[in-house]
Amino acid sequence: MANSSTQRSRPVRTLVVFTILAVVLPFAALLLGTYLDPRSDENPSGASAAPGLALDLQGGTQVILTPRSTDGSEITDETIDESINVIRQRIDSSGVAEAEIVNQGGNNIVVGIPGEVGQETIDLIAQPAQMRFRPVLTYDVGFPAEDPAAADDEATEDEAADGEAAEEEATDEEATEEEAEPTSELDARIAEEAAEVTPTDPSDLAQITPAVQEKFDALDCTDPANLVGGGGDDPNLVLVACSNDGSMLKYVLGPMEVDGIHVDNASSGLVPGPNGSVTNEWGVFIELDSTGTAEFRETTQRLQSLQTPLNQFGIVLDGLVISAPSLDTGVIISDGRPMISGNFTRDSAATLANQLSFGSLPIAFEVQSQETISATLGSEQLRNGIMAGLIGLALVVVYALLQYRALGVLAISTLVVAGALTYLAITLLSWGIGYRLSLAGVAGLIVAIGITADSFIVYFERIRDELRDGRSLVYAVERGWRRARRTLLAAKAVNLMSAVILYNIAVGGVQGFAFTLGLTTLIDLLVVFCFTHPMMRLVAKLRFFRDGRPMSGLDPTRLQVSGVRYVGAGRVAGPSQPTGSSEPEPVLAGAPAAPSASAATGGRRLTIAERRAAERREAEGLPADGPPDEHSVSDRIDEAVTGKNEESR
Amino acid sequence: MAEKMKFARWSNDLYTGRRSYPIVQRRRTWFSVAGAFAVAAILILSTKGLVLGIDFRGGTEFTVEGVSSTEQSLGVDAVQSVIPLEEPRVAIVGSNSVRVQTTHLEDSDRLAVEQTLADGYGVDEGQVTSSFIGPTWGQGVSVRALWGVVVFVLATWLFMWIYFRSWRMALAGVVAMMSDLLVAAGLYALVGWEVTASTVIGFLTILGFSLYDKMIVFDKVRENTLQVLDQSRNTYAERANLAVNQTLVRSINTSVVSLLPVSGILFVGAMLLGAGTLRDLSLSLFIGLAVGALSSIFLGPPLDVALREREPRYREHTDRVLAERGALAETEGKEAELAAAAAGRAQLIPGQHRGNAAQPRRKRAR
Repeated sequence: MANSSTQRSRPVRTLVVFTILAVVLPFAALLLGTYLDPRSDENPSGASAAPGLALDLQGGTQVILTPRSTDGSEITDETIDESINVIRQRIDSSGVAEAEIVNQGGNNIVVGIPGEVGQETIDLIAQPAQMRFRPVLTYDVGFPAEDPAAADDEATEDEAADGEAAEEEATDEEATEEEAEPTSELDARIAEEAAEVTPTDPSDLAQITPAVQEKFDALDCTDPANLVGGGGDDPNLVLVACSNDGSMLKYVLGPMEVDGIHVDNASSGLVPGPNGSVTNEWGVFIELDSTGTAEFRETTQRLQSLQTPLNQFGIVLDGLVISAPSLDTGVIISDGRPMISGNFTRDSAATLANQLSFGSLPIAFEVQSQETISATLGSEQLRNGIMAGLIGLALVVVYALLQYRALGVLAISTLVVAGALTYLAITLLSWGIGYRLSLAGVAGLIVAIGITADSFIVYFERIRDELRDGRSLVYAVERGWRRARRTLLAAKAVNLMSAVILYNIAVGGVQGFAFTLGLTTLIDLLVVFCFTHPMMRLVAKLRFFRDGRPMSGLDPTRLQVSGVRYVGAGRVAGPSQPTGSSEPEPVLAGAPAAPSASAATGGRRLTIAERRAAERREAEGLPADGPPDEHSVSDRIDEAVTGKNEESR
Repeated sequence: MAEKMKFARWSNDLYTGRRSYPIVQRRRTWFSVAGAFAVAAILILSTKGLVLGIDFRGGTEFTVEGVSSTEQSLGVDAVQSVIPLEEPRVAIVGSNSVRVQTTHLEDSDRLAVEQTLADGYGVDEGQVTSSFIGPTWGQGVSVRALWGVVVFVLATWLFMWIYFRSWRMALAGVVAMMSDLLVAAGLYALVGWEVTASTVIGFLTILGFSLYDKMIVFDKVRENTLQVLDQSRNTYAERANLAVNQTLVRSINTSVVSLLPVSGILFVGAMLLGAGTLRDLSLSLFIGLAVGALSSIFLGPPLDVALREREPRYREHTDRVLAERGALAETEGKEAELAAAAAGRAQLIPGQHRGNAAQPRRKRAR
């Protein structure tokens, strides 16, 4: 812009600020992101120049689960949120990276897993929550013992398993199939050996068979893979598990004493002191139902007299020890309201209470649908879709140039700027909040081309309307903008409203679509206000456009700028081209071309001579000619009428 | 160039009112056309009906990738060799993939079909993937989408009511929008493609875009008719008609620009992609955009005028204007003047003294 150096005008400032804030800064952020936090297989949420793709474009498996309560109780939003946490934990435990789990419309949970997954993983995900209270047999720090057992020696014994053990083996294997092969062999041996031991009570240390010991020794709780849980533990067998409460301990736990479904309620709060006072200590309060109360009483009766660590309870959720409180000697909890206290913070107490209440949920997940989306098909669709979009865009460019000539270049650059901003927004969003572009989102973007184009079409047409009323370009731009702005704001508000409503109410693909629609509407408004309009103001000052050269798209002869207009210094500019009298008027023949009622204040003056000339011409019987001065008179009167409209706005 | 000159002149004439299409005046025609389309759409929907996709039926879907022959009979034979009574739907997806849809199959059957499909198409078993969709899933999604539409319609009606300060105008917009949806659904049923989740998305877009288009046209109507009651030259209908004519060029340009990318996808989609999200989506979008643009011109404003003229003050105003004009025609009125008035533009002809009748009623504040 030639003006930018000499003239400190506002459009330039707007453009500069817009370029810096909306283009340069996000682009720099993206570059920095790809440099500092690049997206890779290990870091799928990192930044990348390519936007993240959703399952339908990337390929993968989508499972839709509906939580069903097993005892007829109501399923609340909290239940679903807790279910999502557990499902996430289960999926992570099966070694799948970056599964997307969302609450769909408050009653479905949609699990999107990139790549292919086996049926076992899906079965694992869909199983009900499992929380069990088990007695602690022993514990240790969570590092593997320096004594790797020779697994091969005993492996041959497996073949000689009797029928019952084989059955147990089968169930056990199903539950832990996703784990490495040696582990499941070990589990089989644990089951086998357990069948030979007859424990006197669940705390019997004889249950720690060589296989259990071997597994316990080998368990490494510093390995994240062992900290993700996964459930599937057999309630009647000994369990070897890590804790996930941050203590880095590993446990051997006896068979189940109390099932988690007997927990009625779990909450966290400050522990009450002796005389009803309140201490500063946080604790977790559990309420058990009648069965749970009875079972818990029996268990505490046995455990309280035992030595550490046998007096500890392990609370196991999905195969991980979430808490292992110990009982003081002499404490028999018979009212079914145990309280766990000790080094809790407010948050850790709340977390444990949440875990406990989820574990008690009688919920199973029903698989609603299970869809495998082929990766090649998705990318084929994307590629062809983009190709089709580009063809369409090329046609739009041609059309804009035909319609608006040189002004079409501004129209196209508006589209380009809007496209660049949309790209930046989507890549940044897929880095920042993990947004994933789906096919429906792509459709939203393609529709956005039309809606974005409409902004400048409305704007340009308003400018042309003003030019037709004989205004100078600079003034026409200002007036046209004022009118176009109002229309655009109202229409875009409707668009934005529909996007917000659809995003909040609808589910699944509709949401992805609504998101891009809302995003592009906002970007479109930003671009029109901060790019197209300032550019138009600058362009209006260029000679090429101001004088309405034939190729400028603002050619007064083509626009038939009617009427005489005051061009300053007492001079009046005549009409650029008289309207042809042969103009066909299929509907309203013979009417003079007077400007519309919407035409408003113009800077026109009419000399008496011109007025006389008009009358003369009228008398000569050339009414259809629409001579310029006729417009002017009617316009002036008209201006008065609509002038009121102006001010009433 | 000559063509362009014509278009420019044409758009110019539309703006000034030199050329005017009696769109609002011929509203009975448009109403009957729209009514006929609506009845036809209802008939098609009730007799032919929409072909529900697997999202709504539920069932098992197999995708065979990398096939050398996309012969459909291979898929049918493969399925029927396992389950003789099954009638699978086989569709070509993309360039070298086949999609086979069946009713819900048990796991054992599903594995067997996967095997026979792989054999039938001569591909590796790993290239056959299967999905299963519960029958209630699609329903759940549609129910939510339907709720979305209800809330959307109510919210936009309220918004337009507040913005235009007229519930009639808002109602006209919403009714025109709903008729778009009906006609689009009818046309979609006529084409006979399956209704999938993508189709539903497409239809929701139609609502948004159609309403957007109507907002633009209605805003021009609002602008032109701001103080229509304070003058006695034009009726509301004439001013509204002028607005429609003035936005005609915009409507055409916008429709062309919006339809170009969508039609690109539609044709590429229908020819290259075969069945799939993009094809379903672009068809519903194409139909919806076209119908929406047409109804913004031919249905929305005429409907608004029809509703407005039921309002006593507008009816009285219209009667008064027409009576005055009739009197004028009998006495000294000029043909041109009357025609111009009917086109909704100012109709004063220079050299004629109107006294203070032509003066503004209020002083302009500067």
